Amino acid sequence: MDWIQQAVNTVIGDWGVALMQGAMVTLQISLGAFAIGLVIGLTVAMVKMTCNGSLKALANGYTTVCRAVPELLLILLLYYAGSDLINAIAALFGHGPVEVNGFMAAVVVLGIVQGAYAAEIIRGAVQAIPAGHIEAAKAFGARRGFIVRRIILPEMMPYALAGLSNLWLVLIKDSALISVVGYNELLFTTKQAAGSTREYLLFYLSVAAIYLTVTLVSNAVFGRFERSFSRWMPAN
Amino acid sequence: MHFEWTATYGHILLTGLLTTIELLLFSGFFGFLLALLVGFGRLSKQPLIAWLSLSFTNLIRGTPLLVQIYVLYYGVGSLFVGFPAVRDSFLWPYLREGFWYVVVALTLSVGGYVGEVIKGGLRGVPKGELEAARALGMSRFLMIRRIWLPRAIQILLPSLAGESVGLLKSTALASTVAVMDVLGAANLVRAQTFRTYEPLLLIAVTYLVLALLIEHVFRRLELRIPVRGAL
Repeated sequence: MDWIQQAVNTVIGDWGVALMQGAMVTLQISLGAFAIGLVIGLTVAMVKMTCNGSLKALANGYTTVCRAVPELLLILLLYYAGSDLINAIAALFGHGPVEVNGFMAAVVVLGIVQGAYAAEIIRGAVQAIPAGHIEAAKAFGARRGFIVRRIILPEMMPYALAGLSNLWLVLIKDSALISVVGYNELLFTTKQAAGSTREYLLFYLSVAAIYLTVTLVSNAVFGRFERSFSRWMPAN
Repeated sequence: MHFEWTATYGHILLTGLLTTIELLLFSGFFGFLLALLVGFGRLSKQPLIAWLSLSFTNLIRGTPLLVQIYVLYYGVGSLFVGFPAVRDSFLWPYLREGFWYVVVALTLSVGGYVGEVIKGGLRGVPKGELEAARALGMSRFLMIRRIWLPRAIQILLPSLAGESVGLLKSTALASTVAVMDVLGAANLVRAQTFRTYEPLLLIAVTYLVLALLIEHVFRRLELRIPVRGAL
C-alpha cells in the first residue's frame, strides 16, 4: 500500500495543480477549436451545396485534403505557415517578427482541421431534411436567409448531433497533438512531470485517466442532448 | 519552393515511406485480428466477456492515441530497462526501438475502433441467412467462417476503407517517438536543410496519394462482390 500512497502524493500532491491547469487549457483549446470548426464547417457545407465552379472545387479540395492528410502533419504545416504569414504581414507594416500567441495558433489550427469533418457532417444532416419542408417554406414565399435560419439550421441539428458529438471527442483527443509543437496543454505538462520525476508509466497512465474522464463525461452530456432532441423527431 | 534537396535526401524519404507502409500493414493485420475478437466479444452472451470488450473499446476510444503510444514507449519501455533479464535477452533489440511499440499501440487502437465497426456489421447480417446456415447443419464455427463473417465484412467494406485511411493517418504519430517514418524523415530533412515547407508539403502529397490508393483498393474489392440489383 505504500507505493500507492507515494504515487498519489507524486501525481496529486506535487503535480495536481499543474495537471488541472493543463486540463483546463486542453478544454479551452478544444472548445475554441470546436466553435471555429463549426463556423468553417457551416460555411464550407453551404458553399458545397449552393455554389458551383471554382468555389465549390476549392471547398471539395479543402475537405479532401484535410481528411486524407495526418492531423499531426497538418498541425505542423499550419503552425509554421500561420506564424510565417503573420510575420510576413507584420513585416509589410514595418514591424519586426512578432511572437505568435500559442493558444490562438492551437485553436485556429485545430479548428481548420476539424472544419473539414464538420462540413461533411453538416452537409449530410442538411440533406437528411425532407425536401418537402424547404419547398413548403418556399411556397409560402420565405426568403433564402429566412429558410436557412428558421428551417434548415434548427431542423438539421438532430441529424448532425451524433456526428458533432463524435467530432468533439475526436477534438479532445487531437488537442493532445498540440503538445508536439510545444504549447503547454495537458499532455505537454504531463511530459514535463514525467521527465522531471522519471515516473513515466505513472504519469502517462494518470493523464490517460484524465482524458478518459473528460470523454466519458462528454459522452453522458451529449447523450442527454440527444434524448431531448429526439423527443420532437418524427418516429420512424 | 525549391526541390533540389530531393537528390540528396530522396532516399531518406523513400526509406521513411517504406517504414510507414510497414507500420500500416503490420498494425492493420494484427489490429484486424484483434478487432474480430473484440467485435465477437461485444456480442457475447457471457457478461464478463461482453463487459471486458466494452471496457477495452471505451478505454481505447476515450484516450488520445498519442498518450497510448507514450504509455507504451516511455511508460512500459522504462520498466523494461529496469530488468537486466530483459536487457540481456534476444528481444532487447526489438524492445529498444520505437517501431514495435508503435505497432502494438496501433494494433490496440485498430482493435478498439474497428472492433466496434465489426460489431455493427455482425449485427447487420440478415438473421435469415444465419438461420439458413444453421438449418443446413453448419457448426457454429463453420457458420461464422463461411457466412457470418464474410457477409459482415462485405457490408462493412466502405467503413473499413475509412478506418484504413484513419490508420494511415495514425501512423504519422510514430515520428513522435523517434521512428523514421515518412513524417520523421521529413522532419530530419527539415532540420538539415532548413526548409520548412517543401518536405512537409511533399509528404502531404504522399499521404494523399496513399489515401487515394487505399480507397481505390477497397473500391475494387467492393466491385468484386456481386450485388443483387433490381432486375
